[in-house]
Amino acid sequence: MGALTFAMELDMTSVRRGLEPLIPALRRFARALARNSEAADDLVQDTLVRALRAEHLFHGGDLRTWLFTILLNLDRNRRRGLSRRPVLAVIEDVDPAAAPASDGSGRDIERGLALLPAEQREVLLLVTLEGLSYREAAEIQGVPIGTVMSRLSRARSALRAHLEGEMPQLRRVQ
Amino acid sequence: MTDNAPITEDELHAYVDGALPADRLAAVEAYLSVNPEEAARIAAWRSQAARIREHFGAVADEPIPERLRIENIAVRASGIRRKVAIAAAIAFLIGGTAGWLGRDLSGLGNERQIALALADAAIAAHRLYIAEVRHPIEVRAEEEHLLRWLSRKVGSPLKAPDLASEGLKLLGGRLLPGVRGPTALFMYEGAGGERVTITCVRATSEGETGFRWRQAGEIGALAWIDGGIAFVVAGPSERERLDRVARLVYAAYEESSPARR
Repeated sequence: MGALTFAMELDMTSVRRGLEPLIPALRRFARALARNSEAADDLVQDTLVRALRAEHLFHGGDLRTWLFTILLNLDRNRRRGLSRRPVLAVIEDVDPAAAPASDGSGRDIERGLALLPAEQREVLLLVTLEGLSYREAAEIQGVPIGTVMSRLSRARSALRAHLEGEMPQLRRVQ
Repeated sequence: MTDNAPITEDELHAYVDGALPADRLAAVEAYLSVNPEEAARIAAWRSQAARIREHFGAVADEPIPERLRIENIAVRASGIRRKVAIAAAIAFLIGGTAGWLGRDLSGLGNERQIALALADAAIAAHRLYIAEVRHPIEVRAEEEHLLRWLSRKVGSPLKAPDLASEGLKLLGGRLLPGVRGPTALFMYEGAGGERVTITCVRATSEGETGFRWRQAGEIGALAWIDGGIAFVVAGPSERERLDRVARLVYAAYEESSPARR
């Protein structure tokens, strides 16, 4: 189908095989980032398209790290593209009746994650959900390991405070 | 033994994340056993991690939706949806030839391959902009700075040859990013609304090539390098007509070649 397909055929041969087994993890990570499952799969789809198109830019190294890097960049673009609602408006998306303060389900963890600054949320998810090393997380975010550690630390305290009912983030709106 | 060094915050995280060196394990555990507040903090971090994994972990076990299968991604990336096609075309234009040219320039290549790689990039750009109804070009033909501007950007004196004998009228031009440097695109339109583009980029090689034909679906392209400029003429894939257009372009540049060479 033209020049693009022609290029695709070249691109796909080597990276394609490596991509397939990583799709489940990309979906999992995207779901945790985007919450909405459609938006999450869109993110994965765009990541895969981008990866296939840019295969030649991948010079060895770890394919998984590279894919997470792409996904996070796309996610930042996506969030930038969303209307400039204040972050805390996210709370209003949750139907309070369906969300007891702590119901043992995942809703409060979702909410807690949503309240974190994006770069903290990213680190926490890369490390806890995806089991990446601090070094890999640093590479993906393009920051020194020390920055990753301090983001992780802040993410964990804020999330703890949220889950234990202190919700320090809410004070900011009042 | 590093056992006696004070426990750092980073080590506590590493402990939770299973990244703590074995020789610090005992020290951290001893520290936690006498610091209940710290132990509570660690327990909370562990429980967060467990809840995150519990809540999102199952996503990885779901069957992969059709649209995320690699085969379908490939089809989609090749232009089923226009939006993606545009993104892909731009990515291809900016990055797609980089691999090729990277390889070309690393010694494997020759002018022929360079010309063909540029032809593919030009076809992608052609496809992208001929579909544009409202903004096919940035600068209209009537604006006298068109040639001056594109020549300056590309770094070589450019022309927009008269293709009236082929029934083509110059609409204007635009500047494109390209791996080989700024690339000029001139767009012409025929009576039937068909569009023909000429892309020009400075060639690093002074070599010359004959016309190389490239076809991609309904789009055909002729590429050649001459006088330090790589040219690609792309349009509806009627080889004969594009051949005539390419010769007109070639001739237009030849006119001034004594000055150039």
